[in-house]
Amino acid sequence: MAARAIWKGVVHVGTQEVPVKLYSAVSDKAVRFRLLHKTDKEPVKQKLISAETEEPVEYAEVKKAYPLTRGRLVLLEPEELDELKPKDSRDINITRFVGSGEIDHRWYERAYFLGPDGNQKAYFAAAAALAKKKKEGVARWVMRDREYIGALRAEQGYLMLIVLRHAEEIIAADALQAPSGRALTQKEIEMATQLIDALHGEFKPENYRDEYRARVMELVEAKAAGGKPKLKVFRPKKVEEPDQIADVLAASLAGMKKRSGTRG
Amino acid sequence: MAEAMEEEEGGQPAGLRSFWTGTITFGLVTVPVALYAATRPRAVSLKMIGPDEAPVRRRYVCSKDEKPLDADDIVRGYEIEKGKFVVVTDEELEAVEPRKSREIDLQLFVDLDGIDPMYFERAYYLVPGGGTNKAYRLLAEVMEKRKVAGIATFVMRAKEYLVAIIAENGILRAETLRFEDEIRTPEDIGLPKIAKVTPAEVKKFETQIANRAKKFDPREFLHDYSERLEKLVHAKEKKKTDIVRAPAESKDEEGGGEVVDLLAVLSRSLGGSAKKPAKKAPGRGKASKRGTAAKRK
Repeated sequence: MAARAIWKGVVHVGTQEVPVKLYSAVSDKAVRFRLLHKTDKEPVKQKLISAETEEPVEYAEVKKAYPLTRGRLVLLEPEELDELKPKDSRDINITRFVGSGEIDHRWYERAYFLGPDGNQKAYFAAAAALAKKKKEGVARWVMRDREYIGALRAEQGYLMLIVLRHAEEIIAADALQAPSGRALTQKEIEMATQLIDALHGEFKPENYRDEYRARVMELVEAKAAGGKPKLKVFRPKKVEEPDQIADVLAASLAGMKKRSGTRG
Repeated sequence: MAEAMEEEEGGQPAGLRSFWTGTITFGLVTVPVALYAATRPRAVSLKMIGPDEAPVRRRYVCSKDEKPLDADDIVRGYEIEKGKFVVVTDEELEAVEPRKSREIDLQLFVDLDGIDPMYFERAYYLVPGGGTNKAYRLLAEVMEKRKVAGIATFVMRAKEYLVAIIAENGILRAETLRFEDEIRTPEDIGLPKIAKVTPAEVKKFETQIANRAKKFDPREFLHDYSERLEKLVHAKEKKKTDIVRAPAESKDEEGGGEVVDLLAVLSRSLGGSAKKPAKKAPGRGKASKRGTAAKRK
């Protein structure tokens, strides 16, 4: 089934314009539960109440406030907040082009495919040019009152727009100090390297299924049919870190070799 | 159940607490770890204030009789048809968890650039969770040197995750990945067939791209809205207009922890805290804390 576009815009690459439609490139498949009132099995909802008096508060009466230090807050009027909102626009502006891969995946928040909205020639020419130049564009746009930053890339001959996280959201690894301790021995490093190399392979996403999701759905269906599922709760064993890591690694390797030896 | 409420209504787990502890295994070696979010919320979350200038909070009520509900009054339900729910208990969910849900078993290491970026969903930092951190350091060092990511699945908060474990600067990170059936192809979406374009048409775009080629600069990724909001707030603070005082928030409420800096919490956990993991191990925890603190300096 064809997907529905969630937004329409125009990509501006300098003087060139590409009208596009936006489609989510991922579909969330997690099982979704509703919260219910235990006794009557009716869905719950949320109400606003005063934290002091516990009296109900109407949404229209609520003011937003920005927390300062020492329990102080600055009240913000709705008009003031409206003024901060970005201006509504259909433009996706490309501010610069960077080499493919320069923006690493940690910035990625969600991927969207762009589809042509009219001018197909401009659309596929833009995708072809990005692929040929091995570049991606840094895009800025406003969608539903929010500002977005994204990466415009060529993907399988089409245009893809990846919503990126904002700088203040990312905690970079180099801002943190790595755990330290007694130096690792040459033997430990060597054994660990051998083990990792022995387990090296290719990432094949199709090899992984969300088994838990399937089991939860089985459970739900069994209960819907009136069944009473048997519960077998698994209790993980407590683990202790061994003193002689190198020996354990060696044993792991030996075990692996033995297994592959008997197979082949 | 309180945990479930947070997860369903809040969308994202609260960032500051370690909300999953378990082990990474590679071969027969186990590495106890605790997991923290590696990203923090986009902008400061604004508080709600009522007409009496007192903070406003949300409360769950039954949609039918409007009765206020505590966490104990609430259960999880799956809607099998409109308005008809099957109740699923925490125990039942736990029972269907894969046997090794507390274990990230690295049976495959892949080249870092062998993972299509489209798959990445969210990043978490892993910090050493046990008495010693040697296995952690060893795994981080070797993985970083070999430029590989470890692949595994595990269950956290009633959801199974496919995960890539990546080492950077001696620190391990878990990147949750999408399952393949969550990734759409251009055909799934129904995009038109790729149309032929002339070299001249492509050239037009190539020229524009070449004109705007620059280096990647993360400073460009700052959020204008938060900046504008902060400007407004500081102006009002200076003029002392519209300042209210909120009574100290009760401990059981969410907001209290937000002022704590995620970065500070992470640094502490990485630096020398065997005390961080949720499980209590009083004797061992103390001893190793002393040990690592001494080594640190």
